[in-house]
Parts: sequence; structure tokens; C-alpha cells
Amino acid sequence: MTITVLYFAWVRERIGLPKETVETTAATVMDLVEELRAREERYAMAFSDLSALRVAVDQDLTEFDATLDGVREVAFFPPMTGG
Amino acid sequence: MRIVVQSAPFDFGAEAQGFASGHKDMGAIVTFTGVVRDLEGDTLDRMVIEHYPGMTEKALEKIATEAMSRWGLGDALVIHRFGELRPGDMIMMVATAAPHRVDAFDAAEYLMDYLKSRAPFWKQEFTSDGGAWVAAKDEDEDALKRW
Repeated sequence: MTITVLYFAWVRERIGLPKETVETTAATVMDLVEELRAREERYAMAFSDLSALRVAVDQDLTEFDATLDGVREVAFFPPMTGG
Repeated sequence: MRIVVQSAPFDFGAEAQGFASGHKDMGAIVTFTGVVRDLEGDTLDRMVIEHYPGMTEKALEKIATEAMSRWGLGDALVIHRFGELRPGDMIMMVATAAPHRVDAFDAAEYLMDYLKSRAPFWKQEFTSDGGAWVAAKDEDEDALKRW
């Protein structure tokens, strides 16, 4: 399946792009993270400490064990600092 | 209920006046405005706020809808800016209208607590040393527990 993956704030800076299309067979967000980590050092660096990251699936905040079944968009970012 | 996400400045006076008008059954209007604060011991040149278009509006609507039903609000307003801001610039505002003031104050605090850690905005501060991402504080996450 094809998923749009978005990166924000320092995750975007470390990976070096804001958005990409990923062809994947990952069943969960964690599987997708493993696939990305295996790609290149910059991905491994960005995903080295998952406690410092948050994930949204189709624009809803979720957990790393969330399923990717039917999902079109996944976003990775640091804890939010609004207000 | 109105949610606005924009890069342009907003007119706090006009927004507050517009929000406070026309509520015959709402005895209390509370407004809060967040301002870009200069750094302690350093000079903040600018703050740049990044956000997640689409999710931002969705998250703010969810938070405001919850506040509306929980405190029986007559109305709620959230305006949040993104892009480049300078010290002293207004970043955001919330306004709540309720029959009584305790509900209006509580709902405004709830909106603030949630949009600090559950709305997808990220702040970056620039000084003469370059840019640094503002880290989320544990106390901001802890603040959600009281609700």
C-alpha cells in the first residue's frame, strides 16, 4: 500500500524532507518505523528515541502500536508546543 | 464556535468585542491572549511556529467542542497564528462565553492546557546563536491530568 508520511519540526530537519510517499507492507506504525530506520542513518537518527516522538494517523494522535490498515497519512513529530 | 488558524496578526480588541456582543443569556465572557515573550538572559530575534495544516484545525475543533459541551458554553473562539513572530506579538487567543464566570474561566483554562500539548504546533526560537526548538514541558503534560 501507499502511505503519505509527514515529518515536522526537528524530525523534518533530521530526515531532511517534510513529506514523502512510502510504499510499504507495514501492519502497524511500529513496523513502518522499523522499515524507515533500516533505510538510512538519518532515519535511524530521527527515530532513535521513540519516547521523544509522537505519531498521528490520518490526522489523529495515536500510539506506535496502531494499525495502518486503511490508513493514508502518517505523521511523526516531537511533543507539541502550542499556546 | 469559531476556530481560526492563520499567519496574519489578529485584532484582539475587535475579536473580543465581536465575541462578547449578542449573548443575552451569557453573563460571563473570558478572553486569554498569549504573547511572544523575550528570553531571559538572551535576546529573542524571532519565533517561528510550524503547524500541521488539516490536523491543526481538526484538533482545535475537537478540543473546543469538548469545552463547549463540558461547561455548557454559549460560544467559544480559538485563534492561533503560525509563521514568523517577534517578541510582543500576539500568538493566539481563546474566548469563552458561559452563563457564569467559573465555567467561562475553567473552559478557557481547559482550552489553553489542551492546545498547548494536543494541537500540532511547534515553536522554534531564533537568537544570534541560531534556531532552537522549544521543548515541551512535563508540567504542560501534567496540566492535562486535572481535567
